Amino acid sequence: MRALTAARPSGAAAEPGPARPAGQFPAALTVVGFLALGLLALPIVGLLQRAPWSALPAVLGESEVLEALRVSLIVSLVATAACVVLGLPLAFVLARRRLRFGRVVRALVMLPMVLPPVVAGTALLFALGRRGLVGQWLDSWFGVSLPFTTAGAVVAAAFVALPFFVVTVEAALRQAGDDLDEAAATLGAGAWSTLLHVTLPTIRPALAAGTALAWARAVGEFGATLTFAGNFPGRTRTLPLETYLALERNPEAAVAISLVLMAVALAVLVTLRDRWMPR
Amino acid sequence: MTVSFDGLVARSGWTLRVDGLEIDEGVTAVVGANGTGKTTLGRAVAGLDRLAGGRLVIAGSVVDDPAAGAFVPAHQRRVGLVFQDLRLFGHLRVIDNVAFGLRRTGTDRAAARQRAGDLLERVGVDSGVWSKRPTALSGGQRQRVAIARALAPEPEVLIVDEPLASVDSSGRAGLRALIGESPARHTLLITHDPVDVATLASRLVVLDNGAVASRGSVAEVTARPGCEWAATFLGANVVPGHAQGTSVTTGAGLVLTVASEAEGPVYVTFPAHAVTLHRDRPAGSARNAWQAELERVDIDGERARVHLAGPLAVRADITRRSADELELRPGLTVWASLKATELTVVT
Repeated sequence: MRALTAARPSGAAAEPGPARPAGQFPAALTVVGFLALGLLALPIVGLLQRAPWSALPAVLGESEVLEALRVSLIVSLVATAACVVLGLPLAFVLARRRLRFGRVVRALVMLPMVLPPVVAGTALLFALGRRGLVGQWLDSWFGVSLPFTTAGAVVAAAFVALPFFVVTVEAALRQAGDDLDEAAATLGAGAWSTLLHVTLPTIRPALAAGTALAWARAVGEFGATLTFAGNFPGRTRTLPLETYLALERNPEAAVAISLVLMAVALAVLVTLRDRWMPR
Repeated sequence: MTVSFDGLVARSGWTLRVDGLEIDEGVTAVVGANGTGKTTLGRAVAGLDRLAGGRLVIAGSVVDDPAAGAFVPAHQRRVGLVFQDLRLFGHLRVIDNVAFGLRRTGTDRAAARQRAGDLLERVGVDSGVWSKRPTALSGGQRQRVAIARALAPEPEVLIVDEPLASVDSSGRAGLRALIGESPARHTLLITHDPVDVATLASRLVVLDNGAVASRGSVAEVTARPGCEWAATFLGANVVPGHAQGTSVTTGAGLVLTVASEAEGPVYVTFPAHAVTLHRDRPAGSARNAWQAELERVDIDGERARVHLAGPLAVRADITRRSADELELRPGLTVWASLKATELTVVT
């Protein structure tokens, strides 16, 4: 009991209002909690203290880095676009249709979030590879081969990023319900008109958040890309792959690219601050 | 032109059965206790709930007939619905909420806004708030916007679900007048406010336990309410008057003393069973006493409903035994009294 009393701020007793049980936990948790915070902060500090600030423009201007940046932008943006185009209908199906195996379907949708990326890449290879389940037909009918191409890198990035968009948008659709859709219908709006003029504007914050999350995941994709799309400069070598290679060749470049990727992540966090960051 | 409803709507574990209901032009009030299917009836007419059986015809066209595979979706029905929870579009400005229906039916933006502005003016929403989001408005203002929005596409049928539930007393009279002036051919007013019925409705539909208990003109339904709830509800007396503190002066000059203070035009409501009848001037605490001429006595089982003329046209429910004891007969002059605590003042 003494420890509990001691943990309270001394002024608390004088304050009006009910006594709050918050803060009544073993003091040791506070210590470990701050250690964990250190674990999260330390790598960032490590990166920042090694940052070649003055040489940054030169390092980032290297042709290999620019090439990887170009590939990363193309791959991540096309993958994000695919996530929006495919994910929006999927989110509607999950939120508005009563599915027979709803739990199974939802688990399937979320699987890429928890799957090791290298497993995702391997699975993609056996599905869409030249001898894969679907890939063999793509190859023999259309002459399309995805592995080790930019398109393959897009597929890998979209596969891992899609759930982030779907889960965010589905939650918003559920929360919005169909009250406003009904109101629109009584005012003469058909299904497409309602979607365009009511439903989508209503969930706009979630659309933005889902897109930002999916893009952040696509930009950072490494394992599935390497496994399924390989590591070809100018085609599939994205910034994360370039970072990994640069660690051997030119650590300064690795640090510089890492800083860029971290800035991207921070920018996404700022975009999401109202939704995901408690005040 | 009528709305003709003969069918049933099934919701989870519950059904609304409507047998041969014809809704004529004008304002029809749909009344009934909570959970008796008033809102479901409105939703079915609007096309938001489908019939499980039967047939729904609006102005000669079949809009729902599951046996024939006919269903006209809500957006093609020309039925406007003012939802109890309003459901204004939070992402649109007030004026664009009202213009929404016109835009969806092909009117260009400028013309739709022009018309929306006219409607907002008519329902009394100040042009200063037209560019605001609905959330910035008061409850009464939002209710007005919702009515204007539903009227904008010029529906054949306007359904208004509990229009005054979310409005403070100061805005009620104006909103009531607004519904009374509804340009829609048919107006269905879903309510459980006796004042709405007394001031707006020409016809009544009583729902009880998922079925129509009674329907017809207000006088017809009042004579045959069809269920206990409606008997009490329709027995409620609604007397217009002018309030000054706790005194309300009624039309014929009789002053009623009420328990709560108010100013200006009001309605005084009280249940029929709150009226006490006497052969002689009552003594004691009932300060609201007046002499009235007895018009008619309706006997319904153990209950006698006495219709009084005189300074106040009111109904009094007494037991049949008391009626016999008082030897009531038409033309007789009796004393009526009311306790101030039984009176509700509505603005």
